[in-house]
Amino acid sequence: MSGKIILEGKDLVKSFGGRHAVDHVDFHLNDGEILGLIGPNGAGKTTLFNLISGALTIDSGLITLFGQKISGKKPYTICRMGIARTFQAAKNFPGMSVYENLLISAQFGQKNVGASAAKTITDEIIEFTALESFIGKNIKDMPLAGQKRLEVARALATKPKILLIDEVMAGLNPSEVDEAIGLVRKINDSGITVIMIEHVMKAIMSVCGRIMVLHHGQNLAEGTPEEVSSNAGVIEVYLGG
Amino acid sequence: MSSYTIILFSSIIMYIILALSWNMFSAPTGYISLATAAFFGAGIYTTAFLGELLPLPLLMLAGGIISCMLAVIVGAVTLRLRGVYFTIFTFGLVELLRSLVLWAEIKFTHVRGRFVVSADHMTVFWCMAVLLILLIAAIVLIRRSRLGKSLEAIGESEDAAAHIGVNTTAVKVAMFAISAFAVGAAGAAMATRWSYVDPGIAFNSMYSFMPVLMAIFGGTRSTVGPIAGAIVFAYLEETLITKFPSLYMIIFGLIMVGAILFLPNGIIGLIKPPVMKLIAKLPKRRVRQ
Repeated sequence: MSGKIILEGKDLVKSFGGRHAVDHVDFHLNDGEILGLIGPNGAGKTTLFNLISGALTIDSGLITLFGQKISGKKPYTICRMGIARTFQAAKNFPGMSVYENLLISAQFGQKNVGASAAKTITDEIIEFTALESFIGKNIKDMPLAGQKRLEVARALATKPKILLIDEVMAGLNPSEVDEAIGLVRKINDSGITVIMIEHVMKAIMSVCGRIMVLHHGQNLAEGTPEEVSSNAGVIEVYLGG
Repeated sequence: MSSYTIILFSSIIMYIILALSWNMFSAPTGYISLATAAFFGAGIYTTAFLGELLPLPLLMLAGGIISCMLAVIVGAVTLRLRGVYFTIFTFGLVELLRSLVLWAEIKFTHVRGRFVVSADHMTVFWCMAVLLILLIAAIVLIRRSRLGKSLEAIGESEDAAAHIGVNTTAVKVAMFAISAFAVGAAGAAMATRWSYVDPGIAFNSMYSFMPVLMAIFGGTRSTVGPIAGAIVFAYLEETLITKFPSLYMIIFGLIMVGAILFLPNGIIGLIKPPVMKLIAKLPKRRVRQ
């Protein structure tokens, strides 16, 4: 499953005021894998996503994508280079229909996507994420699970090579979680490498090939689900003993 | 037409241009700009300096370009600010330019204010009318373009727009500059109406507030809204200023408060639903016959 390293962060630091949200973190992502990112609230998981996607700039360190430096680049450039992300609280465009939400993502996600190409991508993504029943719907009338699926679909419409998924299962009921797990697998099977932040352990343990644990903005542990779930440090700070 | 009517029409067209220009940037993005007076004043001063050298259409082009460049510089610096910070900066910009031009004028030309070449009322009217038509054409084209779509996305959720590949800063600056072009061109043409301008007259913050009032009063969601708002207010200004010179700002204020409280979609929002109902009924009747 694990191929060569496609995304790598070295010695990343990000502080807010005097507090180190991300404190000398190293990470890497292998081509084709699903990497789980776990840790207690405030461990720096979302901040790490913000650093990778360019929403925040790093204080020091280096992030490379396919060996090319991406830290310091703007979010739109990083998106076009192949990294898409979702937000913990879905940030869909509420005034637009589901179709328009996806169309606009398809139009801007990559360079030189023409109008007809964008429509093709949109139709494809609607089918892939099973959003057919919501096409004409107002975003506000969609159930939470639907909104979160649209959030993922919007990211997919930009045709990424790497997808960062931030707590897409929070607030979903068990059958919706199963559906979401199925979608993450399907995304990965289609050739997209995934990093996911998730508190739903069932999801993390069942889909991730490798898990990285953050605590107080630092690397705490890393390994296969079995290794991580039996790690004493992880049990103490996160999984509970 | 009497020359009074022509002058009144030119004023109305001027306000329509200001209101539409404000609306084309601020309505989709949600960035409330109070810089209109700065761009308008830049246009006025273009004519004040170049008035004797160029014919009116070229003066308008020059005024437009200068305003456009000003907007690019200001936009590149301030459009990183969000919400009220942007609004406050644009408001400050008008004062800044007024003081700067005043200082420069006295320092380098040793006089305060200057005389402006006057142009024939009819010429001004036609130039303004052509500018308005070009502006409306630009608005319609932009709304359908990639630029228009990305502006809409920024207004809906700027973070999300950035993360699906929209270069948000470039899009905002581009639109800010395009909207400033029309304002500067209008200022260059209208400057010929005053025979004398000084920085206080040219950079009058009223020209920042009026377009906002007009667009909100008319309805910011359509192109017709700001046009309707501008016509109503420009006419009101003309009549109120002659009949109630000391009360007219108070009356404006009351109308504005009323519009915000009772007409969230402007007067167009009030007129549109019944008109749409009528249109919806028409084909059905034809089928019955």
